[in-house]
Amino acid sequence: MWARLPVIKNKSLIIPLLLFFSLAALLWRSFSLEDPSLLPSQLLDKPFPEFNLEDLHSSSRIRNANDLLGDVSLVNVWATWCVNCLIEHPVLTRIAQGGVTIVGLNYNDDLQKALAWLDRHGDPYSFHVRDNNGTLAIDLGVYGAPETFIIDESGIIRYRHIGVVTEEVWAEKLYPIINLLRGKSA
Amino acid sequence: MMNITYGCILLLFASACLASIDAHDFPDKQMQLRHQALIGELRCPQCLNTNLAGSDAMIARDLRREVRRLLMDGKSDNEILSFMYERYGDFVLYTPRLHMGTIFLWFGPLLFFLAAILIFLSIIKNRRKSIRQEVDREELAAILRAHAKDLD
Repeated sequence: MWARLPVIKNKSLIIPLLLFFSLAALLWRSFSLEDPSLLPSQLLDKPFPEFNLEDLHSSSRIRNANDLLGDVSLVNVWATWCVNCLIEHPVLTRIAQGGVTIVGLNYNDDLQKALAWLDRHGDPYSFHVRDNNGTLAIDLGVYGAPETFIIDESGIIRYRHIGVVTEEVWAEKLYPIINLLRGKSA
Repeated sequence: MMNITYGCILLLFASACLASIDAHDFPDKQMQLRHQALIGELRCPQCLNTNLAGSDAMIARDLRREVRRLLMDGKSDNEILSFMYERYGDFVLYTPRLHMGTIFLWFGPLLFFLAAILIFLSIIKNRRKSIRQEVDREELAAILRAHAKDLD
């Protein structure tokens, strides 16, 4: 009886096979994604959120989103409690020396510690905003530090990098994007 | 004695709960319950499988406070979920929203279920057909005849 079952003639038997392959393809893709902890940004190609925050160096000076306009810039979320921020600091310093504007977002930090940290390790940033309650960080969808955003000259978020900016990240991801944006604005 | 043991066990859990939720004060019990429900169904963006209520991460603490602030501002539960969705995306909601990216997630199981039913039905149909075809009337008659002979 089994020998007589029409295995190939019955076209509907191909369906489970197709389902299996589509499921296999789906799982293959989801298991080979870079890292499940890297969340895509909701804010790509949207304007940088509005904010009114104190400048880290002078509490009387209030910074807002207009301070980011006019040039392609990096916005770097950092804090003294963030160990990895120290690792990327020399790279950011080199990037700033290369003529890229870097704005610091000092995230949930102690003012004195933050200033001491900059004194000790150097301050390559154009300026820092002090986000002591994490409100701007929440508006940016930030959930840790370090994170780095690329903002174009009209204040639109063009890229988000989660984690340490290494020389490789700079050379392969950030620098090409900045170059592209500058080419467009030039 | 037993009661004391149970009491101690309960206390252990109680302290764990208290430790993970900040002591926020709310104007009324209703709002506090809504806060609890919301931080229960929002996922902590940093720790992969914990909700805001159960996480000790700094971002979870900030977001619990943010949920409280939004509640105090008179925002509805839906507005608060949208607020989080706009910032943290699909990941932050334990019940993902329906859009192109999540359509398979929502209807995939239904699709598989329908496919299973179709396959099941076609198998039954084929089997009925093949059983009917396999009955060779002459052969059957011969067997019956032989059997009748045996009985005689």
